Amino acid sequence: MKPPAFKYYAPTTVEEALALLAEHGYDAKPLAGGQSLIPTMNFRLAAPAVLVDLNRISDLSYIRAADDGGVRVGAMTRHARVERDALISARAPLVHETMPHIAHPQIRNRGTYGGSLAHADPAAELPAVTVALGGKVLARSQRGERWIPAEEFFIGLFTTVLEPDELLVEVALPPLPARTGWAFDEVARRHGDFALVGAAGVITLDDRGRCADVRLVFMGVGEGPVVAREAMNILKGEEPGEEAIRAAAEKASQADIDPIGDVHASADFRRHLAKVLARRVLTKAVERAQS
Amino acid sequence: MTDLHTIRVTVNGTTYERTVEARMLLSDFIRHELGLTGTHVGCEHGVCGACTVLFDGQPVRSCLMFAVQADGHEIMTVEGLAPDPDHLHPLQEAFWEAHGLQCGFCTPGFLMTLKPFLEENPNPTEEEIRLAISGNLCRCTGYQHIIEAVKLAAEKMRK
Repeated sequence: MKPPAFKYYAPTTVEEALALLAEHGYDAKPLAGGQSLIPTMNFRLAAPAVLVDLNRISDLSYIRAADDGGVRVGAMTRHARVERDALISARAPLVHETMPHIAHPQIRNRGTYGGSLAHADPAAELPAVTVALGGKVLARSQRGERWIPAEEFFIGLFTTVLEPDELLVEVALPPLPARTGWAFDEVARRHGDFALVGAAGVITLDDRGRCADVRLVFMGVGEGPVVAREAMNILKGEEPGEEAIRAAAEKASQADIDPIGDVHASADFRRHLAKVLARRVLTKAVERAQS
Repeated sequence: MTDLHTIRVTVNGTTYERTVEARMLLSDFIRHELGLTGTHVGCEHGVCGACTVLFDGQPVRSCLMFAVQADGHEIMTVEGLAPDPDHLHPLQEAFWEAHGLQCGFCTPGFLMTLKPFLEENPNPTEEEIRLAISGNLCRCTGYQHIIEAVKLAAEKMRK
């Protein structure tokens, strides 16, 4: 298994990278951590004519406190760094909790936050978590830049709204409001495998203990992160007790998702897992919001 | 069209200069260009972990990097693990003594994954060991003896 030939560029600045993407358009593919792109090339499922390697652009690797109390993550920040970062665990604890679920240590040493979002694998953790947190991404091209809400960024299987000349350069995660709890969980055959189903939950309680805001997002049950709107509507404004959570999880598994069956799990089993995971993450999120 | 690049890579303390095709995988560079065949190639799509090497001190899968990306970087392969030709690294000793290998194909990947792990976490729990090696497949041992070997290695390295 050897990748097909390509022309390789290793720009050291974002501007150079943008010029290369503008010049080569659909023929070019940015190379981030390479933990999905390179196996795809080894299998010859992908054969980009031009690779624009982002690994020498040191300006794209950072984790910074944002003025709004949130956090900004450079697109080329590696998973291993995010996993160990104190600012992430303080300001985006849901991301911190999710990191150990992403593949294996060797993969996390190369894989990047921006790469995971731009690749848009429907079974990937970070797209779902970023959508659950209400994050947004900054896309830059020679034409300018634009902020894209994560929820609008993913439009299908391995597909995002990025244009061929655009580069995802930064992820912004907003601050968590007071009385907010979060949780992530997934079920995989073996730790580090692609999960069969995963769920991320974020709940903000009002001062009377009712759900002021609820976010429940699945991975592995659709063509991208799936926002469980019906389930969220059941909980919104309600007291998130055991019964309400059970009802929301049931609704999520029936009305919000339409999973496919494959060799790894039947559609019914995925629905079952979605229900169990929704209940677990919502329960945990409420506990954390209350403490 | 062949896209050639001249790169300088330091492997096990020796700096090599080679001209390679952009598409050459780091794993193939290590084996075919440098002749360091201790790095094994199993699945070539990032699942088995046999090709794990240290890239600037951190374990990575060398089949999921291009050699050209290693230009200016430092790599350690299993050949660089032992302190000298007459002595094994404590990890290697422990794998030997605790029967942490049978056919040995996966072993270089395990060793290179575990070296930085034990240096960072000298007294790991069994759960931590299992997570650390979750990205390395072994089809002989059933892992039990590997875990025993890691515990023994940790003990040796603490001394």
